[in-house]
Amino acid sequence: MKNLYKFFSIIALIIASNSYSFAAEKVEYLKTDWSFKGLFGKFDRASLQRGYQVYTEVCASCHSMKYLSYRNLAEPGGPEFSEAQAKVIAASFEVTDGPNSDGEMFTRPGKLSDKFVMPYDNVKAAQAANGGAYPPDMSVLVKARGGGVDYIYSLLQGYEEAPSNVSLDDGVYYNKYMYGNKIRMAAPLSDGLVEYGDGTNATVEQMSKDVTTFLMWSAEPHLESRHQMGFKAIVYLIILTVLVYFSMKRIWSRVESEV
Amino acid sequence: MSDHDYRPKSKVGQWFNDRLPLLTLANHLTDYPTPKNLNYWWTFGGILTFCLITQIVTGLTLAMHYIAHADMAFESVEHIMRDVNYGWLIRYIHANGASMFFLAVYIHIFRSLFYGSYKSPREIIWILGIIIYLLMMAAAFMGYVLPWGQMSFWGATVITNLFSAIPLVGEGIVTWLWGGYSVDNPTLTRFFTLHYLIPFLILGLVVLHIWALHVPGNNNPVGIDIKKPSKDTVPFHPYIVIKDGFALLMFMIVFAFFVFYAPNILGHADNYIEANPMVTPAHIVPEWYLLPFYAILRSVPDKLLGVVAMLSAILILAVLPWLDTSKIRSAVFRPLYKQFYWILVADVLILGYVGAMPAEGLYLLIARVATAYYFLHFLVILPVLGFKEKTLPVPLSITEPVLGGSPNLAAARNKESKIE
Repeated sequence: MKNLYKFFSIIALIIASNSYSFAAEKVEYLKTDWSFKGLFGKFDRASLQRGYQVYTEVCASCHSMKYLSYRNLAEPGGPEFSEAQAKVIAASFEVTDGPNSDGEMFTRPGKLSDKFVMPYDNVKAAQAANGGAYPPDMSVLVKARGGGVDYIYSLLQGYEEAPSNVSLDDGVYYNKYMYGNKIRMAAPLSDGLVEYGDGTNATVEQMSKDVTTFLMWSAEPHLESRHQMGFKAIVYLIILTVLVYFSMKRIWSRVESEV
Repeated sequence: MSDHDYRPKSKVGQWFNDRLPLLTLANHLTDYPTPKNLNYWWTFGGILTFCLITQIVTGLTLAMHYIAHADMAFESVEHIMRDVNYGWLIRYIHANGASMFFLAVYIHIFRSLFYGSYKSPREIIWILGIIIYLLMMAAAFMGYVLPWGQMSFWGATVITNLFSAIPLVGEGIVTWLWGGYSVDNPTLTRFFTLHYLIPFLILGLVVLHIWALHVPGNNNPVGIDIKKPSKDTVPFHPYIVIKDGFALLMFMIVFAFFVFYAPNILGHADNYIEANPMVTPAHIVPEWYLLPFYAILRSVPDKLLGVVAMLSAILILAVLPWLDTSKIRSAVFRPLYKQFYWILVADVLILGYVGAMPAEGLYLLIARVATAYYFLHFLVILPVLGFKEKTLPVPLSITEPVLGGSPNLAAARNKESKIE
């Protein structure tokens, strides 16, 4: 038994040291306390709603979120807008539908079942509008970046004057958290850029945190039920393990051998 | 075996059993005499069966929702994660299940290495195991391609390209594997088909693996032949069943931790970016369980020789029963082998580590030394050790070191407690 523990701690150590050495090559990310981390981690509802506002007013002009539907905004575990609110949000977008019985495409107000409307018709159009760089789809963005939420949160606040030894082309900006430090996106946030309905002060830091929380939810919409179910499952397994352990001891007491 | 004279009690049972002896089989499996001194390293066979069944059941469910098409695969995975009821749970169990499967199989293999379970008369069990392991790697690799993320695409490109190292026909083979001139939709659909097929091949081989095991019976920590059934054995049910069950539950707790609290930690972030043939990721790395072999592949400067080295590293295991010349099975009674065993474990872990690092500078040097040592262990150390090593006296039965009465008692007990 002792050997087993030793073995697993070695494995854990190797995994830990591995991820550590990957991180060591990069700069330290900015830290903040995320409400969704930990065994019971949940999203901060108000932060998600504010994050959606930042996304839709700022990011959405270039970044698509093609795997989300407007109905998701009203689903449990997410921003939890009321269904009426989500309907209003959906209706504020023009959706191309069709063809109708005349064979024509037409536009109509969005419905809950519609996917988030994309800012560009296709990748080429997006590239053409952004100096050749494609603004990545944001649906699973935090899972698609090594540093996860900390990386996105830092990147949004990492814009600086380029050091004198770095020369930047037109339309390229310096960001100390970006891989290679050069980024095609201009600093998207500035203090007071959005006006929060709940009166929260819209600092760059606050907006970064809110929109990153929103992106975490968009990438992992079932995170809350995962955490809840995980806790129940593990507690159940531990209790069962203890019971089985004592049954095992009982059964093996019939033979002269240790378990 | 003890089940020859088994007869079901009921008339109906007898009638059925005379025509299809399933009840005899069930009786054999429950009565199966098992050494009573098996330690927890022996529970991983049962754990692996659980892993295989979990992968098949979750995989079957995923296949109902997954779309094997280059334009839709990534999206269908997101559909599973978002819209399918508990799709996220099924997918995370399946994805982490692969890692758990390999964790268990590595423990299972290294247990066999420590206690000499591969030696006569268990060579066929061992070789079947190596074939299962090879098929597992193929299944895992193709499974990783299916979400059609960046690492899927580029991993598939790198691995299939290995075949181009074959002289003359290499390029042709690669085109044939791809079903085109690059990794594309035809590659994805055939990988999906094979990924669906292989687990059932594995299942068949597992049946043979267990069948072959039930001929000589289990090896045990002392590594001696025992009489079956005897004082040294216990019936499989309930003794081994409950012990395997207990170990399986412990394993499931670790499994559940990954699924519920760190479902993406063992994967690569780049695989959440949809495959793009125009953009190559900065580092292309395989899943953690393939890293040691990846390190061996990259440590050889020549492409063809690298592929040969990588394949040999696995296939050399198949001839292990004949490379190890020692008559003694268990490392408990082989003081020198025991030390070399742990050096080999360290060597493989080091290979895994450097496999994750860029192949340059110090990492490359370490990879080369570790690769050389890997082959040295199997090709030189093991054969020589069998002749040179002074082994400790081996007890005559399992009960002997427990009940006493042997001149080797002290040594045996001492060694036993060390490995426990």
